Amino acid sequence: MTTAQLDWREPDNGDAVLAVRGACTMQHLPDLLTRIEALRRVPSMLDLSDLDALDSAGALVLLRLLDRPQHYRNATVRIAHARPEHQALIELVAERAGADPLPVQARSSWHNWMVQFGEATSGIAAHAWELAGFFGTVNHCFWSILTGRRKLRMTSVVHHMERTGLDAVPIVSLLCFLVGAVVAFLSATALRDFGASILTVEIVSVSFLREFGVLLSAILVAGRSGSAFTAEIGSMRSREEIDAIKALALDPIELLVIPRLVALLIMLPVLAFIAMLSGIIGGVLVGAMALDISPTMFLVRMQDTTELYYLWLGLLKAPVFAFLIACIGCLEGLKVSGSAESVGRHTTSSVVQSIFLVIVFDALFAVLYMKLDL
Amino acid sequence: MNVTVDATVISVRGLSNRFGAQVVHEGLDLDVRRGEVLAVIGGSGAGKSVLLRSIIGLQEPAAGTVHVLGTDLRSAESSVRASIERRWGVMFQDGALFSSLTVLENIKVPMIEQHKLPVDLMDELARLKIALVGLPADAAYKLPSQLSGGMRKRAGIARALALDPEILFLDEPTSGLDPLGAAGFDELIVTLKRSLDLTVFLVTHDLDSIFTCCDRVAVLVDRHVVAVDTPARISEHPHPWIQACFLGPRGRSAERALTLRTQEA
Ligand SMILES: Nc1ncnc2c1ncn2[C@@H]1O[C@H](COP(=O)(O)OP(=O)(O)OP(=O)(O)O)[C@@H](O)[C@H]1O
Ligand SMILES: [Mg+2]
Repeated sequence: MTTAQLDWREPDNGDAVLAVRGACTMQHLPDLLTRIEALRRVPSMLDLSDLDALDSAGALVLLRLLDRPQHYRNATVRIAHARPEHQALIELVAERAGADPLPVQARSSWHNWMVQFGEATSGIAAHAWELAGFFGTVNHCFWSILTGRRKLRMTSVVHHMERTGLDAVPIVSLLCFLVGAVVAFLSATALRDFGASILTVEIVSVSFLREFGVLLSAILVAGRSGSAFTAEIGSMRSREEIDAIKALALDPIELLVIPRLVALLIMLPVLAFIAMLSGIIGGVLVGAMALDISPTMFLVRMQDTTELYYLWLGLLKAPVFAFLIACIGCLEGLKVSGSAESVGRHTTSSVVQSIFLVIVFDALFAVLYMKLDL
Repeated sequence: MNVTVDATVISVRGLSNRFGAQVVHEGLDLDVRRGEVLAVIGGSGAGKSVLLRSIIGLQEPAAGTVHVLGTDLRSAESSVRASIERRWGVMFQDGALFSSLTVLENIKVPMIEQHKLPVDLMDELARLKIALVGLPADAAYKLPSQLSGGMRKRAGIARALALDPEILFLDEPTSGLDPLGAAGFDELIVTLKRSLDLTVFLVTHDLDSIFTCCDRVAVLVDRHVVAVDTPARISEHPHPWIQACFLGPRGRSAERALTLRTQEA
């Protein structure tokens, strides 16, 4: 089949009759459109006696040639010699395409930009309010579990402990080991000039016990598990599984949020502890290999200068971070609406928020500890 | 293309499909002829959707061959494959609309990808498809999650029709539609088939659709196609499942409606 050809015919009565030959289908549409553009006049009649093939796209193009959408229905009478099946199709297209005028869609302008800016700003406040509300809801549910009015889903808790805690051990320990080594190197380079390389021991041990161990593991968990929480709950949400849970008279907070929260509350301190150990091991290794601080010396020095309560100061932050990460991850998941894109957007937002809040709270803890002279 | 190819659009030979130990199809043969509407029926879990997926190449069969428009898609080059894929439209059982695009954009996706057309023509074409499947015009700018179940179904059909395909694969298009909508859909299929020379592979449970718009019915029971025949004759087939299906209360009323209608005509 060949692309549609257009030829003028001049009958006696002066009508501008355009004969369409060949195939007038989607596939040949680009060619046909260039031919139509080359026409000088608007045809008043179409002659389809030599048309081989027609589909709905082709029919629409022919109707556009004759008239505007509102008049498609009247235009069909100006199509002559069409085969019955082509005529039926053209009539169907004319009826349906002309039926509804195009609904107008809002165009973006600077006004819309301003509106968007305002909405985004007020959105931040609304968001903080919502987060606070969710913390309350979760705490309430938690309290009901502690007082025995609701059940804690142990199977689910253990499952999430494995996925968020145990599975994260290799990456957390490797990362902290490397950061520990880097910190040791950096401080040794700076302190060597003063002949005080031995202070590396305090720097590594204190920084990892008080700050880095828990902070690094919290950031890793936020990226690993916080995002997973959002994506899991979010895709459940977009497939109406959350609605199904509610319709079964179950509580999504109790069923989905609390197990994840409890698992993180237990596992983040454990991960933080492992992170501290790995960081210090990294320091010990660098000390032994590059700084002439033997492991024994490292440990003795650490025992002399580093207080045990530093460990507790560090670990105390872990449950707080765990609470933030789990709540934000789950809340963002529950806020997903419908589309796959929405899942992606909320997952991003969940990771950004939880890392941001973890660092903010870490800074608050630092100020608090300083004020308390700890 | 040779003559036999022209008559048979889809030819399935000795198809076997397995999921682990579960055998879904075994030695399944089926032909779909040009210009016909072939209904595939069978109980839930009989493997209708899996058959559709194997024909369009989404499911790697354990054995057997599938030819579509004379080409074995599994051994064909990717360019040949793509040119065949452009000639069919598929509606999946649960719609499978792109959730972050509006209905209008969903329908324009295949047009944008395959043909270079002016934007206003594409818009008008997409809105024509929306009207053809009986969706209201304001559904065009809605996201799939903002539609009702039946509307999603219609939007899925509209996207399958976007390129005016030669072969249309529909997986249960009328389930979830109101009776009027389902009847309108049957009519649409008949009109499109007549004017576009459309071949339709229709998975359905709807006995009314079978009697109003189908040329032949294939019955998929016990892992293979037990019978293929016209709707009127298939109901006389002795297979117990077919008997139970067509002679049940629903089957009889649908058939009675058909005879009434033909008498009127
Ligand atoms: N991806 C898969 N993995 C494992 N088993 C599958 C998979 N897809 C389908 N099956 C199995 O294959 C069988 C046939 O499924 P199929 O979806 O084809 O049923 P169907 O005939 O379309 O049913 P319905 O009418 O309910 O849609 C079912 O038993 C199903 O469990
Ligand atoms: Mg199915």
